[in-house]
Amino acid sequence: MTELSETAQSAVAAALAAGAGDAEAFVSRDSGREVRVHGGEVESLTAATQSGVGVRAWIGHRVGYAFGTDLSAAGVAAIAARAAAAAGVADEDEFAAPPAPAEVEAIAGLSDPGLAATPADRIAELALTVERTALAADERIAGVEQAVYADSSERVAIASSAGVAGEYETSSCFAYLQALAEGEGARETGLGFGLGRGPGDLDPEAIGAEGAARALSMIGATKPQSRSCPVVLDPTVAASFAGLIGGGLGAGAVQRGRSPFVDRLGDELAGAALVLHDDGRDPGGSSSSPFDGEGVSRRRTALIEDGLLQAYLYDTYTANRGEAVSTGSAARSGYRSLPSVSTSNLIVGAGELPLSGLLAAAGDGVYVTDVAGLHSGVNPVTGVFSVGASGRAIRGGELAEPLREFTIAGELVALLAAVEATGSEPRWVPFGGSVCTPPLLVGEMAISGS
Amino acid sequence: MSGLIDPAVAERVLGKALANGGRFAEVFAERRHGLSMAIDESRIESVQSGAEEGAGVRVVEGSTTYFAHVDGLDPADLERAAEEAASALRGQRAEPRALQARAVMPIAIELRPEEVPPERKAELLRELDERGRGKGGEIVQLNASYLEARRQIAVANSDGLLAEDDRTRTRIGAQAVARRGDAVETGGETLGAHRGFELLEDDPGQVAEEAARKALTLLDAGPAPSGSMPVVVSGGFGGVLFHEMTGHGLEADHIQKGASVYVGKLGEQVAQPLLNAYDDGRLPHEWGSDAIDDEGAATQKTQVIEDGRLVAYLYDHLSAERDGVAPTGNGRRESFRHLPIPRMTNTYIAPGEATPEEMIAAVEKGFYAASFGGGQVDPATGDFVFGVAEGYLIEGGKVTRPCRGATLIGNCLEALAAIDAVGDDFWMKTGICGKGGQRVPVGTGQGHVRVGAMTVGGTER
Repeated sequence: MTELSETAQSAVAAALAAGAGDAEAFVSRDSGREVRVHGGEVESLTAATQSGVGVRAWIGHRVGYAFGTDLSAAGVAAIAARAAAAAGVADEDEFAAPPAPAEVEAIAGLSDPGLAATPADRIAELALTVERTALAADERIAGVEQAVYADSSERVAIASSAGVAGEYETSSCFAYLQALAEGEGARETGLGFGLGRGPGDLDPEAIGAEGAARALSMIGATKPQSRSCPVVLDPTVAASFAGLIGGGLGAGAVQRGRSPFVDRLGDELAGAALVLHDDGRDPGGSSSSPFDGEGVSRRRTALIEDGLLQAYLYDTYTANRGEAVSTGSAARSGYRSLPSVSTSNLIVGAGELPLSGLLAAAGDGVYVTDVAGLHSGVNPVTGVFSVGASGRAIRGGELAEPLREFTIAGELVALLAAVEATGSEPRWVPFGGSVCTPPLLVGEMAISGS
Repeated sequence: MSGLIDPAVAERVLGKALANGGRFAEVFAERRHGLSMAIDESRIESVQSGAEEGAGVRVVEGSTTYFAHVDGLDPADLERAAEEAASALRGQRAEPRALQARAVMPIAIELRPEEVPPERKAELLRELDERGRGKGGEIVQLNASYLEARRQIAVANSDGLLAEDDRTRTRIGAQAVARRGDAVETGGETLGAHRGFELLEDDPGQVAEEAARKALTLLDAGPAPSGSMPVVVSGGFGGVLFHEMTGHGLEADHIQKGASVYVGKLGEQVAQPLLNAYDDGRLPHEWGSDAIDDEGAATQKTQVIEDGRLVAYLYDHLSAERDGVAPTGNGRRESFRHLPIPRMTNTYIAPGEATPEEMIAAVEKGFYAASFGGGQVDPATGDFVFGVAEGYLIEGGKVTRPCRGATLIGNCLEALAAIDAVGDDFWMKTGICGKGGQRVPVGTGQGHVRVGAMTVGGTER
């Protein structure tokens, strides 16, 4: 048994000794690096290790949670005792029970051994190349606000008194920049990014070029007229909306009446063009792992197919409550958080048309390349949204002048039905969680501008 | 004094950090304790207790910062962080100055939350649940949360600074869902401060009632209008407007990278003369207040807009050094796992002379933003958004029907210059601000403020 699994087992034993009827421990150890560059120089270089344990304790049907960084025997015992004490404060909930152990299949390719072997000066050079490429792209590129590379290698172990035991390792890295372009008396920004398992997956020139191109394309942007019109969402924006929809499909929100998808299972909510899956095992997705935050095997779940809402996402608690089976959707943001239902990787099915085809089908409308204010402009309970946006006009089926300072508004369930086509070129995007999506053609959306 | 780091250990750690050169080194040590719980469906749940400790060490050489952080506060942990941070440098050993402890008076906590039994906190949540549901049968869901968080920090640097602070924040929040037929609406409210449990001794149940009131009000709401119009913004969290459209653009890191629309505007008239605004990390017990910032500098009251003129930027240690000015106590970090960057503390528009009634009466057709979700800005372009949870139409100088959520959108310099009335009422509200992947508590405040023209992004056709 590894040291991590031993720590998890000892935390479980300590919680039982402190009065818990059942207990589960989640231990993680992470080492990561981050390089930020600016003006051709390294602005900061960070190296870090962190580890901690989170203990969930059950006393009957009452649950408590505690976490901490002290992994010494005494430290783990203290954390476990706090978890048991926390359970004593909670109320009974008949559906709260520890997950049963089940078969878990390993996934190849979640960790890139090349990551740890890449020295700091190489990753710094990668970030510098991102910046340099953007600066060299055009004389109107006035600078780069920041170019960043970051990576992390994480090892996770879980154990429970019910017999759950597992361990896995993942690695991930990403690079991005925010390029600044100047023209027509204004400054514009453009995001470029890439992600992968190791630095070898990243193309720094492509990332720099994307940021520059996005910033340049916005020069001279004006406010559009308020109207309703066809809209094409680029993958970064489509991913944000997919994430919001995925959030509403979590059984926790649905069971508590806090989702626009309550009582909609089996309903025809979308056109045939829109297919949506949650897949916790896709090696390309940064949220993939063999098991979820409570040891249940990750899987692929069809959410929307043939236009119908096919399923909600469940963890063990919501599955007990909804007389369903866990879909392996218990997510944790590290050892500090209780597991709760969340999407893993959302996959929006690709269609037939390249971007040019979607634009042609839109005819006259707006191509949205960026949205802002998702945390304040979307009501996850009702699905009503109004968010800031920028992008390009679509005229005669082609991209035209840049547009800024407008909002797009609507409602999430209606948005599903309004998706008329999906593009043929999907892309992994780190927005809305972890999402792989092509651009989407939406038949009609309310635009508010001048 | 919390005694997080022994001064002799700190000196040794700083020496190790400078072993391969560097003009500045710092060790930041932190111990965090927290407890949170929630009530949902009238059941206490999600009882969570956390305890973390660790340290971050940075070494600055040229324009580069080398940073490492570790869990644990044993001398060996701190030395490991120092060695890691120094490992990328190749220069000659530098010597830190002898440490001089700075006297810091942490914000006083009357009733330490950790000394209050957890059952008492559960009772408080039950009271919130009852009070919120007591607003009527149309309240179909209510959930409420309680949070206490203590951060004990110590900073020592190679300039000889040694300072400690001990911070306790307490916050409750409630979210209500109201239903009438097919109409579903939500309302939320929070109460938080840099205080202990004494914050909750008055009448915390009001928070749940207010959340329920908002949700019930919106049951009668229609769609929000869309297009450009005068907007009257209510006080308190309405200050998010200024936070987004001006505050972020004044943080010196954005200025120094040319990524702010306020570059080169210092001393210029950017708003009408009726506008005065401040960042004040010393407001007693406010959510964004601390005795010192996360680099050990005393927090201060900084006037940023004086009679409509831009008069100051907000600095941390490194950005102040670069501009050759004194830091303004705005170097903040989420935890020992993060580098400090310039951040707002409590940012507010000072009270003006108009009454809310006057400023609304002068609007023929406009929008009244009564409660808010938050906002976001791109300081480089100046484009910002501001989410309104509860709004109303203004028609013929009067507030009329309620409107469902809408996002207000604008450009910083235009919208700031368009503020044409500032109310004589004033209050502060709590917020959580995200920047560069770091979340810190901030206060926002103002009285009612009117913006002459702003784009309202509703769904009304």
